Amino acid sequence: MTSESDQLAYIASQAADARVNVEVETNEGMTLNLGPQHPATHGTLRIIAKLDGEKVITAEPIMGYMHRGYEKLTEVRTYPQVTTLINRIDWLGSFANEVPFILAAEQLMEVEAPPRAQWIRTILFELSRIANVCLFLGDMAVQIGATTPVFYAFRDREFVLNQIERVTGGRFHPNFDRIGGLKDDLPKGWIEETRGALKRMEAFCDEMEELVLGNEIFQARTRGIGTIPSDVALAYGLSGANLRASGVDWDIRRDANVGLVYDQVDWKVWTHPDGDSFARFWVRLQETREACKIIDQLLGTIPSGPIMAKVPRIIKVPPGEAYVATENPLGEMGFYVVSKGDLTPFRVKIRSASFSNMSIAPWVLKDVFVPDIISILASLYFILGDIDR
Amino acid sequence: MAEIPEHLLKRAEAAREKAQANQESKSPSSEETTDQTTVAVADESPIEEVDEKAETTLQKIQSGLGEKIISSHIAPNRGLWIRVASKDWRETAQFLKDQLDCSFFDWLSVIDWMPSPYGRELDTEQDIEPETINPEEQPIEWGYTGGQTRFQLICRVYSISLGIGVIVKADLDDQSPRALSLIPIYPGANWHEREAREMFGVTFDEHPDLRNIYLPGDFEGHPLRKDYPLLSRRMKPWPGIVDVEVMPGEEK
Repeated sequence: MTSESDQLAYIASQAADARVNVEVETNEGMTLNLGPQHPATHGTLRIIAKLDGEKVITAEPIMGYMHRGYEKLTEVRTYPQVTTLINRIDWLGSFANEVPFILAAEQLMEVEAPPRAQWIRTILFELSRIANVCLFLGDMAVQIGATTPVFYAFRDREFVLNQIERVTGGRFHPNFDRIGGLKDDLPKGWIEETRGALKRMEAFCDEMEELVLGNEIFQARTRGIGTIPSDVALAYGLSGANLRASGVDWDIRRDANVGLVYDQVDWKVWTHPDGDSFARFWVRLQETREACKIIDQLLGTIPSGPIMAKVPRIIKVPPGEAYVATENPLGEMGFYVVSKGDLTPFRVKIRSASFSNMSIAPWVLKDVFVPDIISILASLYFILGDIDR
Repeated sequence: MAEIPEHLLKRAEAAREKAQANQESKSPSSEETTDQTTVAVADESPIEEVDEKAETTLQKIQSGLGEKIISSHIAPNRGLWIRVASKDWRETAQFLKDQLDCSFFDWLSVIDWMPSPYGRELDTEQDIEPETINPEEQPIEWGYTGGQTRFQLICRVYSISLGIGVIVKADLDDQSPRALSLIPIYPGANWHEREAREMFGVTFDEHPDLRNIYLPGDFEGHPLRKDYPLLSRRMKPWPGIVDVEVMPGEEK
C-alpha cells in the first residue's frame, strides 16, 4: 500500500467482501464506519473505527439497534409467558435460552423436573448448541473469504433443526420448556433419527476440519490474530468457548451444573492455550463433536417415567431471589430472578453471553489491521439479540 | 430404556414417602387438582441443608472485611449474598478479587425495590395513576440480605479456583444514587455500568465514558425504574385479558 487511493481501494474491496458499509472521512486519521445492517442479518452491530493508515487506533461498538427491553417486559409477563420472550435472545440456539430461566424459577418453587425431563432437556440443550455453533463454523470462513463452508453449515444444520422441530414443533423458537418439566414427550422413532442427524454432524465436523482448519489462508488470517490472555478474558467476563480458547479450563456444565444431567455422561472440556482467533474456532469445532458425543450417550440412557413434576396450574413463585446460569452455545447465560410471590417476576436480570463477550472488542481491536476487525469479531462470535436483549 | 440412576431413585423414594406422610396428615380436599396420570411426585428439598463451601467463603469474607459486611445470606447450594455500604463498593470488589481469587466478572446491575405504581398483578385492567399511590400503603420489601434504600446495586463475581460465586449488594442513596466504578478492578464492568446508568440513573464515579449504550443519546428517563410506565401497555390493554380461561373448579 503506497498511496492513499490504493489504501482506500483495498479497504473498500475488503469491506465489500465482508458486506459492510464503508464511510470514510479524511481529516487527521480516518474514520471507518462498519454497519449497521438490516436487522434480520447476523450483525446490526455498528463499529466505528479510527484508523491510522491500515491500523486501528480505536474501535468502538455501537449497539442498541435491536434493543427490545426484555428486562422490562418480563415484569408484566407471567412466568410461563416469559419463555416466549427469552427464546428470542439467542435465536440460533433458542431452547438453550429457556433452560436457565426455567431452572431459576424451579429453584424458587423448590420443584425438580423428573429424570426423563432432565434427560430430554439436556439432549435438546446440546442439539441447540450444535445448531448454533454449526453456523459459526461455516460463517467464520465466510468472513475470511471462503463462501462454500457456510452452505455446508446451512445444509447440515437442517438435520438438527428437523429433529428439534419434531419434538417441539418449532424450528427457531421451540418454547418447549415448562416449570417442572417439558411440554411433551419425544415422538416415536425420534431417537433413531437423531442418531442419523448426529452422524451427519460428525461428518460435517470432519469436513470443516479438512476444508477450513488446515487451510493455509485460514491459518494466516487467524493464527496470532486477536490474542486474548486469560486474565484479561476473565476480567472482561468472557465465557464459553472464548474463555476456554484463552486456556481457562472452566465449563459450567462440568463445574457448576444445575438441573441438567452432564454428570451422567463421559465427556471432555476442550481448551486451547493460544487465545487467538484460530483457538476460538478450534475449541468450538471440538465442542460440536463433544456435543454429538454427549447426545449420543444420553439417547441410550433416557429413563422412563413422567415428563412433568407436580406443579400448580397457576404458577405463583414464592418470594426469593435466584441466579442460575448455564453453559449456552455462546457462553454463560444466566437469569437473576427476583420474585415477590406474584404471577409475574419482580425483576429479571438477563446475563447474556454476547454482551460480555463483545465488551472486550475495544480492547482486542486496538492496533489490529482493518481486515482483521472482521475476522476477530467473527471469531468472538456474537448474536445481536444476545447483545441487545 | 435404561434404568434410572440410583441417586435419583433414592431421592424420588424419599420424596414419595414424605408426600404420603403429608397426605395422611392433610385432608384430601386440599390437594392440587392435577392430572394424576402424567404427574410425578415433586421432590422436596431437605429441611436442614448446609452449604459448607459457602459457609467457609462467608467466614473468609467476614474476617477480611469485618464490620463492612452489613448482612449476608446463604441459600444452600444456590448462592451466597453479601451486602455492603455503597462507599465500600469498590473496596469489597478489590478484596474479593485479591483475597478470594474472584477473577471472573459475571455481571452488574441494579434493582429498583419500589413496588410498581402501575399495578403488579397482570390482570390489572385499568392502570393506576401514580399520583394516587400512597407510598405508606405499599411499603418496600427487600429480598435476601434486606435493604434500606430504593435502589440496590448488585454484582456477581465468580472464583474459578474455589468454584463459588459471590453476589454483592449495596444500598444507594435515594436522591443521587452513585457509587465508584469497578473498571480499575474489572474492566468488563464498563458496559454493565453504562447500562445501569441509562436504565436506572445510577451514576458511576470515575467511569470514563458514561454515555447511553442502548438508548438514543437524547432519551429522557430511566426505563427500568419501576415508576417508568411501560408505554405499550398504557396505549393498548393487555390482549391476554380477553381470553383468560376459567380454571377448573373456579367460578367466573
